[in-house]
Amino acid sequence: MIEEGLKNELAKQGVVLTTLQELYNWGRGNSVWPLSFGLACCAIEMMAASMAKWDIARFGSEVFRPSPRQADLMIVAGTVTKKMAPQVVRLYNQMPEPKYVIAMGACAISGGPFKQGYNVLKGIDRLLPVDIHIPGCPPRPEALLHALITLQKKIETQALTGPNRPRHLDAAAPSEFPVPEFGEHDIVPAMNPRLWKPTPVVR
Amino acid sequence: MSIVTASPVPRNYEVIPKTSLDGSELDGELLEVAMGPQHPSTHGVFRMDVVLDGETVVKLKPVFGYLHRNHEKIAENTSYLGSMPYTDRLDYFCSLTNNWAYALAVERLAGLQVPERAEFIRIITAELTRLQNHTSVCGFLLQDMGALGTPLMYAFREREKILDLFEALTGARMMCNYMRFGGCRCDLPPGWLDRVRKIVDDFPRFLDSYEALLNTNEILLARTQGVGRLPRALAISAGITGPMLRACGVDYDIRKVDHYGIYDRFEFRIPLGEHGDVYDRYMIRLLEIRESLKILQQALKAVPGGPVIDPKAKLRGFRPKAGEAYGRIEGPKGELGFYLISDGSPNPYRYRVRPPSLINLTILEDMCLGQSVADAVVTLGSVDIVLGEVDR
Amino acid sequence: MESLEQIKIRLEAAVPGAQVEILSNDSPSAQRSLLPDRAHAFAVARFLRDDPQLCLDYCSNVTGVDWPEMEISLKVKVKKVIEGVEKEVEEVTKTLRPGFLEVVYHLYSMAMKHGPLILRVRTGNRHDQVQMPSFTPVWRSCEFQEREVYDLFGVVFDGHPDLRRILMWDEFKDHPMRKDYCEPDDYEYEPTPHDDVLEKAKRHPSAEVTP
Ligand code: SF4
Repeated sequence: MIEEGLKNELAKQGVVLTTLQELYNWGRGNSVWPLSFGLACCAIEMMAASMAKWDIARFGSEVFRPSPRQADLMIVAGTVTKKMAPQVVRLYNQMPEPKYVIAMGACAISGGPFKQGYNVLKGIDRLLPVDIHIPGCPPRPEALLHALITLQKKIETQALTGPNRPRHLDAAAPSEFPVPEFGEHDIVPAMNPRLWKPTPVVR
Repeated sequence: MSIVTASPVPRNYEVIPKTSLDGSELDGELLEVAMGPQHPSTHGVFRMDVVLDGETVVKLKPVFGYLHRNHEKIAENTSYLGSMPYTDRLDYFCSLTNNWAYALAVERLAGLQVPERAEFIRIITAELTRLQNHTSVCGFLLQDMGALGTPLMYAFREREKILDLFEALTGARMMCNYMRFGGCRCDLPPGWLDRVRKIVDDFPRFLDSYEALLNTNEILLARTQGVGRLPRALAISAGITGPMLRACGVDYDIRKVDHYGIYDRFEFRIPLGEHGDVYDRYMIRLLEIRESLKILQQALKAVPGGPVIDPKAKLRGFRPKAGEAYGRIEGPKGELGFYLISDGSPNPYRYRVRPPSLINLTILEDMCLGQSVADAVVTLGSVDIVLGEVDR
Repeated sequence: MESLEQIKIRLEAAVPGAQVEILSNDSPSAQRSLLPDRAHAFAVARFLRDDPQLCLDYCSNVTGVDWPEMEISLKVKVKKVIEGVEKEVEEVTKTLRPGFLEVVYHLYSMAMKHGPLILRVRTGNRHDQVQMPSFTPVWRSCEFQEREVYDLFGVVFDGHPDLRRILMWDEFKDHPMRKDYCEPDDYEYEPTPHDDVLEKAKRHPSAEVTP
């Protein structure tokens, strides 16, 4: 391991030293391609973030891919209805590893204002592992940028080996999640018990 | 581009013929494509089940419900005022016009009066909403035609300016939640009208450059003229409203018909199309922007002083008498109506939204039959739907 | 537009056998409505569209309304002879209003620019007589809206060209906009002081787990 001071000195002379892990994560973190996938109102703010005023391209994420096969990041932007939930999970399953999920807005986090709805999934984390949650209804584009930066930081800290390694380097970690089916009254299963458990009621 | 016949089966709007598709009358195999619910050109989570013969659409069934958020059910379990923020989320491009439509219905139901100043504010905000909606729709339409990025970027640049105004006025960019029964929530911030004036004065310049770039563009003409034609009689029967109806040449604008608010005090024209195709719809929207600018110019000159909300209007403990009312306005997408039944309790007994986007899709199949699938995408783009309103 | 009374007279003359009722509306909007009997509703609708004076060529809005069975108590003052003296006594009569589903149509005229005329049609009850004629052949704009009413309320429209669920998935069994619909309880407990939430939490499966 080279110590930090020496590294900085060398960098001043134009010699950049790095580790494979840093280089790898630096590359991954600065080219996160989101899936262009809008569900509801929040998607408009997601689009606004990719337009001139906020310009998500500054963070390397301007390439919105319509195909899940080419995307690294799923921004769940909007209300996930029960009718849409199987498709969301299917899209996630079709994305190649490494993949990340940002739950954008109150609806994606918990159902938000529409929580009382009979057709509204009360939070996408019942079905998918979420990396970043952004509160707000809708979150401002700045908030999405902040989430993206947070995600980049998260990617930077992921080690290539060891228990903290990302899922795509861990053969045992699941990369696909069961797709719920349409039932007579609800989707079945309504949640993935491996990912989410109801909060116990404390009175 | 030659005009394709609209339908292989002569379609009479009274009896809706089911296209018999066993494949025997067509050579070649039919291809079934489910476009959506995740598709870059379906404007959200809309799905079209398309049957194709080669490139030609022979059957198209829209599938809804992927954004059915139970707005009506939730509204029936909450107070009248409690539904106001939900109306923002119906058509999330035009929250202020949604607010207005709902407020109008409740004002009819409870017999509330709106002060003069509030009427002016409502008109100014509604026309600004129309401005930004039509601008972005034209951007999206061009994106559907393959002009990726640029027109939409320009449209959003202008939209952001208007959203900044909304933010200054209401505190939120998109979900304004601004109107109240009998007026508006708060008065204008200082200097706001000057900011609006500046944007209204600047807007024609943007519009001129936009139109100079696009209106006579060879590709745009080829992709839009004669595409997605809608006959007038069918449009009326199918309850099409808004720019789509006027593109067919039917002179029906609720601002002129109902004179709700104080629209009768302003001078503006209703642009009408002739052919009812995508090009007409695109042009109607651009012309309507100019008319909205005219209304804004006149309204900005005449904003009176006074309160912005009826002092008699109760926000808490609001219980209208038993009865019902239907209120409608000319939203940017068409007739947006709210139908309320009150049983005298604090919650509405029945709350219904008349969604223009959903009803404008009734004739999607009729418009797309016999065209290529790429034209179906453009046709859908010209309908101007927002899924929050289609599915509610 | 003519008054509803005039329309009613002309309607009953034009559609033999039709019984049309005018429903009042006490709210300041004063939008009253016409209620034809179910059997003649289709002919009535056709008349409203084709009549040159009315020319209601545009059906704007189709709304389903659920009216479950309800007890209506009426207070009536009755004169009674009690112990030889005539007295005015208040009597409460309770009647059970049978439940029904109702579909409300808001009609306008694009040609004459008038409206709305409100037309209502009622089903026999809420369980097995939920049929009513579809107006889609008269106004095409009813197509999706009637499908929606079918989906959310369970009204079966006879003569509808394509009556399928529109918003919920096909396998779905319930009609969620009915007043007695019970939604699947998949809420989390929320630590808010509202009684409803506490009530809800009691029914929650996880409530049984923790003592
Ligand atoms: S969080 Fe708010 S803005 Fe976002 S999708 Fe839900 S309702 Fe719409």
